Amino acid sequence: MTDDIAVVGFAQAPNVRRTHGTTNGVEMLVPVFKELLDGTGLSVADIGFWCSGSSDYLAGRAFSFIAAVDAIGAFPPINESHVEADAAWALYEAWVKIRTGEVDTALVYGFGKSSASELRRILSLQLDPYTVAPLWPDSVSIAGLQARLGIESGAWSQAEMASVVARGRAAAKHNPYAQLAGEYTVAELLAEPHLADPLRKHDCAPITDGAAAIVLASASRAPELCARPAWITGMAHRVESGQLGARELARSPSTATAAEVALGGRSGVDMAELHAPFSHQELLLRQAIGLSERVTVNPSGGALCGNPMFSAGLERIGQAAARVHSGAADRVLAHATSGPVLQQNLVCVMEGRDS
Amino acid sequence: MTAGPAPLQAPLDIGFDYTRSLGPVLGRFMAGLAARRIHGVRGSDGRVLVPPVEYDPSTAAPLTELVEVANEGTVVSWTWVSEPLADQPLARPFAWALIRLDGADTPMLHAVDAGPEDRVSTGMRVRARWAPEPAGRITDIECFEAIDKPGGSPAPGEIGEPVTMMTAPVQLRYTHTVSPEESHYLRGLAEGRLLGGRCPRCGKVYIPPRGACPTDGVPTVGEVELPDHGVITTFCIVNVPFLGQRITPPYVAAYVLLDGADIPFLHLVLGCRAEQVRMGMRVRAVWQPREQWGTTLHNIDHFEPTGEADAPFESYARHL
Repeated sequence: MTDDIAVVGFAQAPNVRRTHGTTNGVEMLVPVFKELLDGTGLSVADIGFWCSGSSDYLAGRAFSFIAAVDAIGAFPPINESHVEADAAWALYEAWVKIRTGEVDTALVYGFGKSSASELRRILSLQLDPYTVAPLWPDSVSIAGLQARLGIESGAWSQAEMASVVARGRAAAKHNPYAQLAGEYTVAELLAEPHLADPLRKHDCAPITDGAAAIVLASASRAPELCARPAWITGMAHRVESGQLGARELARSPSTATAAEVALGGRSGVDMAELHAPFSHQELLLRQAIGLSERVTVNPSGGALCGNPMFSAGLERIGQAAARVHSGAADRVLAHATSGPVLQQNLVCVMEGRDS
Repeated sequence: MTAGPAPLQAPLDIGFDYTRSLGPVLGRFMAGLAARRIHGVRGSDGRVLVPPVEYDPSTAAPLTELVEVANEGTVVSWTWVSEPLADQPLARPFAWALIRLDGADTPMLHAVDAGPEDRVSTGMRVRARWAPEPAGRITDIECFEAIDKPGGSPAPGEIGEPVTMMTAPVQLRYTHTVSPEESHYLRGLAEGRLLGGRCPRCGKVYIPPRGACPTDGVPTVGEVELPDHGVITTFCIVNVPFLGQRITPPYVAAYVLLDGADIPFLHLVLGCRAEQVRMGMRVRAVWQPREQWGTTLHNIDHFEPTGEADAPFESYARHL
């Protein structure tokens, strides 16, 4: 069993409102794979395992992830798998695969063309199919129910939500891949009308087409592929009940447990990338993980500045790892979510080692 | 092939019915709805969960004890929908709410028909409004409404046998976009031309051209115009009728390898008896009248034998 595994490369497509590409992601993935392989000096044949995250409901076609494999150039045949969840869960599968010792490198990717259909309606299909999905409640409305529970219980306020948006969009000015960026004041944001009361449009992640990819390597390979690998020191994911009413929606016990396991008793991190598609969820996650005020959250701008379905969580891991690669941070935390209103949560802690 | 007009796109509407078996817990819940009664299930910790679940959310223990709760309750949280989406419970502005029914410990999600938004509030008392003919599905509850609203639904009835099946129709609408390479190919077809592209690494000619050569992972380049004749690599005789079939069986669906192409595509072979079709047979396209051409392979109605000598097996063996 191999325990030391690192993120050694990350590349992403720009987060944009609409691409001209197909829903199988090929047009977005071809340049992302090229950048990643050129950056690490690896060839397709060098990659021991490939794993992707995407959704046929988003693509509007069956087995869309099979068409995406064309972007790899999968000849001779490759060792490949897929999850119908954010590609952060594909990264988890690849991490386990390397730990078994079966392979020493893996390339993980996620893609989604959210603009092809009505995203918040498509997401109704992840709800309980007997008693909830037949009512077609949309993802924005369900987040609105969660936001109000927190506001009325005093867990967060609309002004705090607006400050999350203002901070994220200002940070995103330094992220060339961000879809939304700019300077806003809390007062300006609070003057905007509600979209799904108490949520305003800026409290909700934009609809984004995008793709991202990461290379993982074992300790025997990582140092030759990356000057300063981001070593994964802990990773865990947890899921909550599929019944919305049975959950404590203003808290995130699954995130808290995953973070506790991933942090391994050492709570300090330099920065965190949190996958919060709604502004109040950043506040909720920060509290669930127990991040101190000192910790910079979402220097990329976060999902509120670009939320490519099925790669936004993987993008959080890549953005955090990139700060270890550059030496800007030593110990970082990345979070990814999947399912309605933070039903499933994954936490990945990484660090650089200067010998 | 990045230059040129924007890729082609078209509406893609997908519809399907999920048929789901319900099992003993949900089956009894649905039978209750048909009688205008709402049930929860008692969890491992004694809480009453509404709607019922088959397994406890905390302990995963199987749950079986159904408990009837009231048709009325209290709004725990809500949000406002000013522009309802297709298939939602109401077509006019309404509130989604988490509603804790009297006798329940967990709230359920449903719509509240409240009138203007300023009439909705947390703590608001609401009651179920039932569909005129409840049939044992969650939409038997049309929505909830303010408890002081005049009127109200008929009294609950007798509960029948558990409901065993439910049908959930799904209608999804997409804008389907083809790749830049496929767009070039489709626009060529509208002019009666068959345009392929070449992989810059392996040199294979694909028709249609592709965003990524499946062997090399790079887009095909250039424009390779191909003739409208070639060879049948393999085929099957269709004897089975199916929904939407355009031709009466038996007929032949064949892989046609155009001269100069490396990848065959599927098309019809007519103009001879099905049993005369064979591997290696040379065929040519029979086009629709020019005025019917569009950006589609339907411009070629079918392929027919040319009468030339068959191609030797070795000439197409590596394309099978």
